Amino acid sequence: MLKVDNLKINYGGIEAVKGISFEVPDQSIVTLIGANGAGKSSTLRAIAGLVKASGGSISFDGEDITSLPTAKRVAKGITLCPEGRHVFPDMTVLENIKIGAYLRNDSLEEDIQRVYKLFPRLEERHWQLAGTLSGGEQQMLAVARGLMSNPKILMLDEPSLGLAPIIVQEIFNIIKRINQEQGITVLLIEQNANMALKVADRAYVMETGSITMTGTGAELLANDEIQAAYLGRKK
Amino acid sequence: MSLTTFLQQCLTGISLGGAYALIAIGYTMVYGILRLINFAHGDIFMMAGYFMIFAMASMPWFIAVPFVLLVTTVLGVGIERVAYKPLRSAPRMSVMISAIGVSYLLQNLATYLFTALPMAYPEIPGLKKIFKIGGLSASFVTFFTPVLTIVLVYLLITLIHHTKMGMAMRAVSKDYETAALMGIDINRTISFTFAIGSLLAAIGSILYFTDRMTVFPFSGSLPGLKCFVAAVFGGIGSIPGAVVGGFVLGMGETALVAAGYSTFSDAFTFVVLIIILLVRPTGLFGEKTTNKV
Ligand SMILES: Nc1ncnc2c1ncn2[C@@H]1O[C@H](COP(=O)(O)OP(=O)(O)O)[C@@H](O)[C@H]1O
Ligand SMILES: [Mg+2]
Repeated sequence: MLKVDNLKINYGGIEAVKGISFEVPDQSIVTLIGANGAGKSSTLRAIAGLVKASGGSISFDGEDITSLPTAKRVAKGITLCPEGRHVFPDMTVLENIKIGAYLRNDSLEEDIQRVYKLFPRLEERHWQLAGTLSGGEQQMLAVARGLMSNPKILMLDEPSLGLAPIIVQEIFNIIKRINQEQGITVLLIEQNANMALKVADRAYVMETGSITMTGTGAELLANDEIQAAYLGRKK
Repeated sequence: MSLTTFLQQCLTGISLGGAYALIAIGYTMVYGILRLINFAHGDIFMMAGYFMIFAMASMPWFIAVPFVLLVTTVLGVGIERVAYKPLRSAPRMSVMISAIGVSYLLQNLATYLFTALPMAYPEIPGLKKIFKIGGLSASFVTFFTPVLTIVLVYLLITLIHHTKMGMAMRAVSKDYETAALMGIDINRTISFTFAIGSLLAAIGSILYFTDRMTVFPFSGSLPGLKCFVAAVFGGIGSIPGAVVGGFVLGMGETALVAAGYSTFSDAFTFVVLIIILLVRPTGLFGEKTTNKV
């Protein structure tokens, strides 16, 4: 289980995350929603070890990981699919899938077949350079690559960004399947609050560096304020 | 010019080109992973020359050679640790200035320790032995250099494309953060890249100095500059590019000497540099910039 306690993140004196606390229980789907610039990506990047926390602590399975380097966190089972996908454009689809399993020394065949089953399109295109895939395919590849590390918790930073609604639906279905079939914990960031709240067991709302509201996905989905602010419906 | 003389010159050129290629690979690999022109690379090559002189004075050649390769590799990796690693998140210009500093430091250190007078490069048994093939006659090292270069380049490309470390190197040279998210240790991968570059520079130095016969503190400057141009010519960041660049410069230079224009042989390098920068600034196999979606 992941536990974030009073996490603060500074960028050159500007406090982007102002002491937030939340928990991600095992095998759950938790989402952080909020407007652009609220500090969602910064939070995930701090959990992955890409930015330093300037205060507070992050613990995973009871162990304090606040100052562990990124690679060590991956080894513990924390994997981030970064915002903007960041597949390796000059590598083939299959190489991208394999590099996700960089820290593993066991046979990958079974897991490769498993991600191919989740994303049949990646199997068709396994020889293609990742840079030539469409946006939706790159997002699928980024998720597949993340799964190859055998994560305990998979963090997804705006997987629906810039994708057609039908692809977004497909990605969210897969997120649910990953969680239910493989028992992987998911921490999801979204601006597409509607979709995220539908799949989430628990949701946190972030505004300018602070958590302002929390509840189950269904509760927030029904909340008037949330509807007005994030779902584009009138009060 | 008779056919034999022509072939003889070609052979000399290919051999010089092979040594250049090995050094140029070091520039291109370090640029690929750190976006840094490692100005100290030519001086690492020069230090390898001195290491060989002292190693051969106290051990048999078959121990001296691996010893020199090892010490040079350690030197290259050590320089990265001390002078470049602390600047990992500094602007690129700072790292470049640090590299220039290391270059001067090594040159002055060599002058201080070994004086500015050229020292005789030891002879590794067999390398200078004259071989005759048909009308061609050349020392063994001349035949051996291009063959060894091709073998090493083949091994290197296999390493980069078919091993995990190679995969890590490709990932790190594209995107540090995403590479780290895969569990790749960035610093280890960078150290490994410097190790390979320095190892190849050490091998290149043995081949090069065996032909030149002396080493002095500035022995690395001009060859270093030429090999840097070779890497730019081939498209900096590209290993096949560095190899082709090395061979083009080695052969072009030798052709000018053969044609009686030896005064211009060094200038040739820079003419090539100017032309490539005007005509094709990314070099022969230069990186296409991929657009991120
Ligand atoms: N590397 C950075 N340097 C400086 N400021 C940053 C950096 N990354 C993010 N920020 C700032 O931190 C705030 C939160 O950004 P971010 O975490 O990306 O928000 P979100 O993902 O919710 O859109 C924003 O004001 C952004 O400008
Ligand atoms: Mg973001």
